[in-house]
Amino acid sequence: MSAPAGSPHPAASARIPPKLGGAAASGAAAPAGPGPGPHQQNGPAQNQMQVPSGYGLYPQNYVAPSGHYSQGPGKMTSLPLDSQSGDYYPGLYTVPTQNVVTPNTASQQPGAQQMYGRVPPAPHVVGSALGSFQGAMSSASHLQTSASQPYSSFVNHYNSPAMYSVNSSVASQGLPSTCGHYALSAVSNASYPGVPYPSLPAGDPYRQQMLTSQSALTVRPIRESSLSGQNTAVSHPSPLPPPPSQQYQQQQSLSGYSTFSWSAPGLPSTQDNLIRNHTSQVAANNNPTNTVADSLSRSVMQNVQPPKSSPVVSTVLSGASSTRPPPAAPRPAEPAASVAQPPELSQQKGMQYGEYVNNQASSAPTPLSSTSDDEEEEEEDEEAGVDSSSTTSSASPMPNSYDALEGGSYPDMLSSSASSPAPEPAPEPDPAPAPAPAVPQPSKLAKPFGYGYPALQPGYQNATTPLNSGVPPSSPGYSGFQQYAQQYPGMNQLSSSLGGLSLQSSSQPESLRPVNLTQERNILPMTPVWAPVPNLNSDLRKLNCSPDSFRCTLTNIPQTQALLNKAKLPLGLLLHPFRDLTQLPVITSNTIVRCRSCRTYINPFVSFIDQRRWKCNLCYRINDVPEEFMYNPITRSYGEPHKRPEVQNSTVEFIASSDYMLRPPQPAVYLFVLDVSHNAVEAGYLTVLCQSLLENLDKLPGDSRTRIGFMTFDSTIHFYNLQEGLSQPQMLIVSDIDDVFLPTPDSLLVNLHESKELIKDLLNALPNMFTNTRETHSALGPALQAAFKLMSPTGGRVSVFQTQLPSLGAGLLQSREDPNQRSSTKVVQHLGPATDFYKKLALDCSGQQTAVDLFLLSSQYSDLASLACISRYSAGCIYYYPSFHYMHNPSQAEKLQKDLKRYLTRKIGFEAVMRIRCTKGLSMHTFHGNFFVRSTDLLSLANINPDAGFAVQLSIEESLTDTSLVCFQTALLYTSSKGERRIRVHTLCLPVVSSLADVYAGVDVQAAICLLANMAVDRSISSSLSDARDALVNAVVDSLSAYGSTVSNLQHSALIAPSSLKLFPLYVLALLKQKAFRTGTSTRLDDRVYAMCQIKCQPLVHLMKMIHPNLYRIDRLTDEGAIHVNDRVVPQPPLQKLSAEKLTREGAFLMDCGSAFYIWIGKSCDNNFIEDVLGYPNFASIPQKMTHLPELDTLSSERARSFITWLRDNRPLSPVLHVVKDESPAKTEFFQHLIEDRTEAAFSYYEFLLHVQQQICK
Amino acid sequence: MAFTFAAFCYMLSLVLCAALIFFAIWHIIAFDELRTDFKSPIDQCNPVHARERLRNIERICFLLRKLVLPEYSIHSLFCIMFLCAQEWLTLGLNVPLLFYHFWRYFHCPADSSELAYDPPVVMNADTLSYCQKEAWCKLAFYLLSFFYYLYWLRFRLGTRPVSSLHPSAQPGVW
Repeated sequence: MSAPAGSPHPAASARIPPKLGGAAASGAAAPAGPGPGPHQQNGPAQNQMQVPSGYGLYPQNYVAPSGHYSQGPGKMTSLPLDSQSGDYYPGLYTVPTQNVVTPNTASQQPGAQQMYGRVPPAPHVVGSALGSFQGAMSSASHLQTSASQPYSSFVNHYNSPAMYSVNSSVASQGLPSTCGHYALSAVSNASYPGVPYPSLPAGDPYRQQMLTSQSALTVRPIRESSLSGQNTAVSHPSPLPPPPSQQYQQQQSLSGYSTFSWSAPGLPSTQDNLIRNHTSQVAANNNPTNTVADSLSRSVMQNVQPPKSSPVVSTVLSGASSTRPPPAAPRPAEPAASVAQPPELSQQKGMQYGEYVNNQASSAPTPLSSTSDDEEEEEEDEEAGVDSSSTTSSASPMPNSYDALEGGSYPDMLSSSASSPAPEPAPEPDPAPAPAPAVPQPSKLAKPFGYGYPALQPGYQNATTPLNSGVPPSSPGYSGFQQYAQQYPGMNQLSSSLGGLSLQSSSQPESLRPVNLTQERNILPMTPVWAPVPNLNSDLRKLNCSPDSFRCTLTNIPQTQALLNKAKLPLGLLLHPFRDLTQLPVITSNTIVRCRSCRTYINPFVSFIDQRRWKCNLCYRINDVPEEFMYNPITRSYGEPHKRPEVQNSTVEFIASSDYMLRPPQPAVYLFVLDVSHNAVEAGYLTVLCQSLLENLDKLPGDSRTRIGFMTFDSTIHFYNLQEGLSQPQMLIVSDIDDVFLPTPDSLLVNLHESKELIKDLLNALPNMFTNTRETHSALGPALQAAFKLMSPTGGRVSVFQTQLPSLGAGLLQSREDPNQRSSTKVVQHLGPATDFYKKLALDCSGQQTAVDLFLLSSQYSDLASLACISRYSAGCIYYYPSFHYMHNPSQAEKLQKDLKRYLTRKIGFEAVMRIRCTKGLSMHTFHGNFFVRSTDLLSLANINPDAGFAVQLSIEESLTDTSLVCFQTALLYTSSKGERRIRVHTLCLPVVSSLADVYAGVDVQAAICLLANMAVDRSISSSLSDARDALVNAVVDSLSAYGSTVSNLQHSALIAPSSLKLFPLYVLALLKQKAFRTGTSTRLDDRVYAMCQIKCQPLVHLMKMIHPNLYRIDRLTDEGAIHVNDRVVPQPPLQKLSAEKLTREGAFLMDCGSAFYIWIGKSCDNNFIEDVLGYPNFASIPQKMTHLPELDTLSSERARSFITWLRDNRPLSPVLHVVKDESPAKTEFFQHLIEDRTEAAFSYYEFLLHVQQQICK
Repeated sequence: MAFTFAAFCYMLSLVLCAALIFFAIWHIIAFDELRTDFKSPIDQCNPVHARERLRNIERICFLLRKLVLPEYSIHSLFCIMFLCAQEWLTLGLNVPLLFYHFWRYFHCPADSSELAYDPPVVMNADTLSYCQKEAWCKLAFYLLSFFYYLYWLRFRLGTRPVSSLHPSAQPGVW
């Protein structure tokens, strides 16, 4: 190993130095730190290294790296080599001599251990190298794909997972890098390549904190070409295996892994090496073996090195591994690698594996998913690369190692674990820095395994401190999915380390910086607000669930309910469990490993006590690891339970076995219930619907069993017999609406594929069938009863289109709205249902696994408050199109069309249940969303769709003093449209804190606002709207006064908020001016109720746009700070505050409200802009209703369109664009969103602050 | 003392109180049933079981709703009887609960015409634990008042209480 490393270093440095130099160096430095010479450079790293004797070896590596450092990349490579060679070093490298010395000094461990130490570094190096190589290796590809930086972070993560014990140290290092990545990723999401680097800078600071002097260097190395050198080194090992003992083989394999997997693999490999070394030591053969290995490695290294390019390396590796040459190839070429990998996997593992691989390849990004789509793609590549690497590595080296392992016991485990990391890398390689940290960790990890846990803790502590520093930078929030936690032997250890970390002073500054709200004029940041990143160590952070899926209002959980009460902040979770993911590990397994007492699914945050037992992180029960779980299909290795994908990803999907179903999974069944009364025909929605259905008939999710049916109703109910074989659809009319029955038992719901022609005939005929109807009544209730009967045997989805108040039969409603009360400031009545008919029917539907989705297209009051119950309790969704008319209101028609397209083609899960579990001591109460609570923690969801969000309120029932981490797990069991029973599991891990300041530092203000909005909706229905409004204001007053009196010691005359809460008053004011809660402004009851429905069931990202839209100035778009998406330049104008003071008559502004875009054109807007972008000569000629931007061949038009397209691409529902001229009547729509301004009935932002201040002083 | 109206009131209260205790126990069991689904988690997730479970919940909620009025009216009857019998102390002890019942009965959220124990509402963990606590408190109250009525019944009937609850509570009477 050492030999290869040494050689690679120089070479790498020479080759890659410039770019990766920094990153790689950091990585290298970290490992080296432990070593003697390097120590100086890698302050933090050294500490880590020192702890484990093995680390001592690392330091050696460092020394070598240090030499390399000048060459940046070279260092990285050297490190990997070192790690691999571990033993090899002495012989191989000139540097090795240094290394040897260092190990001795640094590590007290036996020679073997030293070797280990070295080995680990090598993996790290590899990881870093991979990062640097980006292009060359799969890892490199990873880096490259996701804004290179993120990837590097990912790599780090991987490494850390592999490392386990090491992880802690790694994590610390990694965290900084990750943080940087996060920031980058956030940025990068949009931009990709360009963005990544920004993150790097962030990473550097962190590193600096962590590593101090070395930080910068370490970072660079990772990225650089040194990786290639490492890779080559890895490949070398593979060749070597045959000659050396099993141990050697293992090492080789490991080295190979490291190269393959990149950072992650590399780390594991290092661990493996260490383990193996241990074994070898045990055997007392260390020296000879090492030498042999070294020689081998050297030879290999040399061979490999020439190839430098990742592909070459991979191929070499494959050759070495012999078992998996193909995988290696895939890795090298990033895209190619991803593609190639799946096949390999499939071949190796059979169908299941193939699936898994594919999924990863496609969805690997899950962790990354948080990033933009583009990033996701990149992620995919990375993941694919990782997978392939892991598989390959596992395939070739693992077997050998296993044999050896069995003898070695623990070491084996470690090695296996190390190998597993390979998959991890895919997740989210952060910038180079991360890898470096990872390296140290691995070494530590290795020790723990070998030596026992105690050793680990010190390492953790070391790691943790750096982590803290790194943590502070709240990156936008990618949480890597990596599951390093598992690797960590014990949560306890982690917790202890975390406890030490808590919120360090370094981290606190930003989030706790006091902000004087009344003095700060520009409170709104220039860029969108990202979720804060929990203050965890880097490994855990990387493994953590994406904030897009799972967010907590407090990212630092208070230890006791008393502390929570003091903080006066809401505690709860916001979930988006079924959102569209581009990368998602899907696991097929006969036994799904779950805790025997609390039934928690195994997740990245469990701790493995030893190879055979794991400790549940929610209830702390110790469970056995099933035999089947010992085998890792990804790496094809045995004895590495912590490397299984379940343990490496915090978002996974299981394909459930037959235990999870009593009846065969239901087919996809869709029923459309359409209002065809006079009112409906007038509105003309049928044309839009039928057109949309015809277009998307083939895209409806489902399989060959998919069934579909239609019903129409006015004062009678019409069924349509679409039985295959009929010449035309047959209409059956049931006029007995008091006792509805089905005219025929079957053939009303027909197979979509068999009766497609009839269905098309019907859809073509429907819009014109009722044109002359004079029927004005609507028997919605009976129609729903009929639909329920029709759907009962199977369950499925009912889509109801209603255009007026139901006026006949069961469930008829009366108008309850008094138009004169619309702008009342006092009492708003009738927010609750008028009858419980719809609620009861909804519960019946829920019991029969039928969801009812309501499309309300009405121009008059339709009592949505009552009608919405049908969807709310059956887990449906609600769409509302006020004043819909296909001719007179084209923007609504367009919106319906777009919504329908999404609605019909989006993913859907049937007969679903969702269960949320949390660590003992916490308890959930009060769920928000559309569902029925079946038992206290089980939500019954007849359907689940990707646009559904949920919220949960939490309370702390028992003190959490004996734990430093809490975890939340959401498990969503559903039947896919293909008839598979699947379980999607998300796991979130958060630290526990004991001081109030830490609680404030960790506030996620967006999540808190969304939870408050949900609570306020409940309050307005159960109590009154004014109560709810008071409660919202009190939330601000209480939290700010609690902060002022307990945390900040500043004078009370000013309104002080911690930086983390500075947007809180603004958002609450926005909520108070939201349609749902505003008073004094004329608001139709249905609009208000619809806004409440949306608050209840929208995921956080959409809800935030609804509450606080984004305003951009678009008449002066420039390429400054622009990001690149799919070869397109997307300008990134700064956010403007929502105030008319920002609107100048000379400008044009775009407001992004989530469901709609408004472009406001000022009266004196530059004619050039109007002509270039809107295609009209001047302001006066712009039409009143304009919903599209013409495609003009001008630069400003291109920029405007690419920006709008980019905004659109980031959300499932395509918003409709409204061009609003100044002084047109439509401008009130626009101006009502300017929430910082004063209206007749509401405060301006400044007045609101004064009001809050007054309340506080009272 | 002879068999007075007050003694009759206490006797009747004693019997009805036993019924109220039964109601309270039934409530506790019902809420427990609502809270926990006594199926293995895997079974719970089964769609077939879902139907069963939902039916169960609705049945329980239906029964709970059915029991609201009898319970409240029985308790109101107590109060009226003690008022007529001029048992001020006993009445005073019962009045707080009477007002609580009135509040529960007439405090309907917003528009909904239905009573409490609406399945979607009652299944909320918060509501459920509140209901459970309420049921336990009522059980305690009814149990205590049962013995209280027993004591006063004996006292009003002029016989020395057999139980040793308060042997010297009314020394002058004997």
